[in-house]
Amino acid sequence: MNIITISSPHAHDHSSVSRLMFHVCLALVPCTLYGLYSFGFPAINLFVITIVSGIFWEALCLKMLKKPLNFLNDYSALLTSWLLALTLPPWAPWWIGVGGSFIAIVVTKHIYGGVGQNVFNPAMVARVALLISFPVHMTTWPIAGNDPFAISFLDSLAITLGVSPIPDAYTGATALGAIKTGLSVGATANDLVSDHFVFTDALMGKMSGSLGETSALLIFVGGLWLLSMRVISWHIPVSMLLTMSALTLLFHLIDPTLYSMTSFHLLSGGIMLGAFFIATDPVTSPSSKGGQLFFGAGCGVIDFLIRTWGGFPEGIGFAVLFMNALTPLIDLYFRPRIYGRRIDGSPKQYDTVEPAQEGKQT
Amino acid sequence: MKFSPFRGGVHPDGYKELSAHQAIEKLPLPDRLYVPLRQHAGSEALAIVQPGDFVMKGQLIGRAAKGISAPVHAPTSGKVLKVQPFVAAHPSGMDSNTVIIECDGNDTPIATPTNIDPFSLDGKTLSDTIANAGIVGMGGASFPAAVKLSSASRQVVNTVIINGGECEPYLTADDRLMRERPEQIILGARLIRHIVNAENVCIAIEDNKKEAISALRQASSEYRNIQVIVVPTLYPMGSAKQMIQAVTGKEVPAGGRSSDIGVLMHNVATTYAIAQCLSQNEPLVSRIVTVSGGAIKHPKNIEALVGTPIKQLIDFCGGTLEEPSKLLLGGPMMGQLMPSDEVPLIKGAAGVLALNNNEISQPSASPCIRCGRCVSACPMGLVPLEMANHSRQQDFDGAIGFGLKDCILCGSCAFVCPSHIPLVHYFQYAKGEVAYQKATQQRMDHTRQLSESRRARQEKEAAEKAAAKAAAKAAKEAKAAAKRKKQNAASANQ
Ligand code: SF4
Ligand code: SF4
Repeated sequence: MNIITISSPHAHDHSSVSRLMFHVCLALVPCTLYGLYSFGFPAINLFVITIVSGIFWEALCLKMLKKPLNFLNDYSALLTSWLLALTLPPWAPWWIGVGGSFIAIVVTKHIYGGVGQNVFNPAMVARVALLISFPVHMTTWPIAGNDPFAISFLDSLAITLGVSPIPDAYTGATALGAIKTGLSVGATANDLVSDHFVFTDALMGKMSGSLGETSALLIFVGGLWLLSMRVISWHIPVSMLLTMSALTLLFHLIDPTLYSMTSFHLLSGGIMLGAFFIATDPVTSPSSKGGQLFFGAGCGVIDFLIRTWGGFPEGIGFAVLFMNALTPLIDLYFRPRIYGRRIDGSPKQYDTVEPAQEGKQT
Repeated sequence: MKFSPFRGGVHPDGYKELSAHQAIEKLPLPDRLYVPLRQHAGSEALAIVQPGDFVMKGQLIGRAAKGISAPVHAPTSGKVLKVQPFVAAHPSGMDSNTVIIECDGNDTPIATPTNIDPFSLDGKTLSDTIANAGIVGMGGASFPAAVKLSSASRQVVNTVIINGGECEPYLTADDRLMRERPEQIILGARLIRHIVNAENVCIAIEDNKKEAISALRQASSEYRNIQVIVVPTLYPMGSAKQMIQAVTGKEVPAGGRSSDIGVLMHNVATTYAIAQCLSQNEPLVSRIVTVSGGAIKHPKNIEALVGTPIKQLIDFCGGTLEEPSKLLLGGPMMGQLMPSDEVPLIKGAAGVLALNNNEISQPSASPCIRCGRCVSACPMGLVPLEMANHSRQQDFDGAIGFGLKDCILCGSCAFVCPSHIPLVHYFQYAKGEVAYQKATQQRMDHTRQLSESRRARQEKEAAEKAAAKAAAKAAKEAKAAAKRKKQNAASANQ
């Protein structure tokens, strides 16, 4: 009889890492398609380049480390470079995509030991490293609302190859950036928000921003689908978005001229993508539920601090990386209580004498 | 009573419909039985029969060893062919000494004393009878039932919980038992209550066994303080600790016993065996077992003698549809892989499963992605990923820190792990190593104690010798002095 000898359990829920990653990719499809559509050919070029190079780096690393190439089947390299591409300025040149995926896959993931070993979120490390190293390229935003395919495929190649700079007529600031600049020159938050932010446009994604971060609604839909498929749990997204809402609401109530309103914060920048798709990366977030709530709240607080008082208009990358660094500690402190033990590990004790009997005796 | 289910848990596919509607059938007497002498937790029973002996049904063939152990009886009448090691279903994977009996087909029972009303006897006598009948926990752990009873009767037990949580997929043996023989279960429950002097009986059944619930409700209606309570269907509900938590809201203290919180729990099949033993004078020689799985032609619930080769059980179900990918004794979550279909049925095995390739987990592990699914699934509040990590690096203290000692090996964590990491395998290995290290340490301590006491003895002997020598010397000197004195006196006299 041909029997495989391994220990129990002999049943499984048929989940697998590749299926999880694949589902995340599927959930990204709507906001990605929308981003590609609204930013046209240069964005499509960048997206393809980032993903192809990411998979190339992964294969190269596996080959050099003599690991089986079928690890590629787990879709993790695809997902990492996909997420990275979504957080890049849509018209960034090719080397931003290639270099970014190098930092994400080679430096952040494989040098730390491969899948499951990295401390920091690869896509966010790459994005932050690029932002610090190439501040100009990483903050050149095409204006939303332009006819997306005004730039022909050929012209798009020039942009992607970086041979001709993006014409100034096509660029502008993101809402977060514009408001940050405006506040620094003394304008009030209320006016700035009403100038630069239209609720429905932000919801739908008719605004400047990173390739896949513009449509809060489509990201939200993808996130809900992941929740319903139990690919991610609600703890991180909910605590992160709630924290952000609470803080922005509080400060907006205190001084509406200085602090923008909650809906603006929730629908701008990378918070939606961050909450559902980036902070929920299993490898770099805590494994216990309590830890996840703390982690999400921490991301929300730090992002709020950076947006409000920091040097960058958006701080989601920094926030996630900072909380990544804390994750081992969080996991240590939020260890679940063991059955039959107190939280400190000593055995639980109950009164052996039933209170009712005591009552009878006296 | 307050209801609170436990943390974690998983919902494996039930597959109960394969056999749930099959009434219990009795297996015809096989030609030969292979009765292992180790079917319980603790030490192997000692054979008291020899090849050539003729044994009767119910006759003692293996006497309980010292410490934790249980006796073994002949399941039918016949001739003992051999007493030798034979493949067995024991977690150690080692062969067990086995009494091989050629059945004579008459099933002649051994003469038993006439029945006395068990309720007129005291708890001690009854629990001795249960010990002598070789009754062990039939839900899987196979811990001798009488040991549990007598240690519980030394404490205050308010509630006896009868565990009708058959949470392993495929298994329907307990379900059928509850549906078809509820009176005996109630009798057993009342007897247990009588033995440990408890007030209440709680029979806890999962909500997917409607017929069993109503059968037991009906059978218990005329007795005082017997309650049938319904708990949600969730794996591992049948595990003692989780069931106690679900029923009482309390947790069994770590390292303690359920009687520490005033509770004693027995599985329904054990309860049935206790009733049979005390009311009919029958030792435990048969059990009800579910034979199921995708590779079995007609899954059934079978009442079979202990020692029946599982091949005969499978044949009784019409054989297999295809070559099974895995043959298990017990359920798919905690059951053991059988090396062959010659393995005999034992007291603690509630199922024989022949699973096809679609039903089993694929053994291809990839690296842990720290997703925390194992943490959420663990009903004990442990951190399986860290326990596995530390076990892999031989850091057993680290593994204990994350809960290795509290792990009940339920398999919930490995069931949900998307990386298919054989977590339970690591825990079994680490637990084995820890036990081994402890035993080695004890042996070393023992040797050291021995050598220390030998040295002490030698020193004492040397000291005694020296003292004796000194005393002898002193005595000699005293003698010489006396002699000199005498001589002096004598010379003075002269
Ligand atoms: S379920 Fe598996 S992959 Fe996920 S954290 Fe646990 S061991 Fe790692
Ligand atoms: S096998 Fe152990 S660690 Fe895994 S879920 Fe069960 S009790 Fe928890």
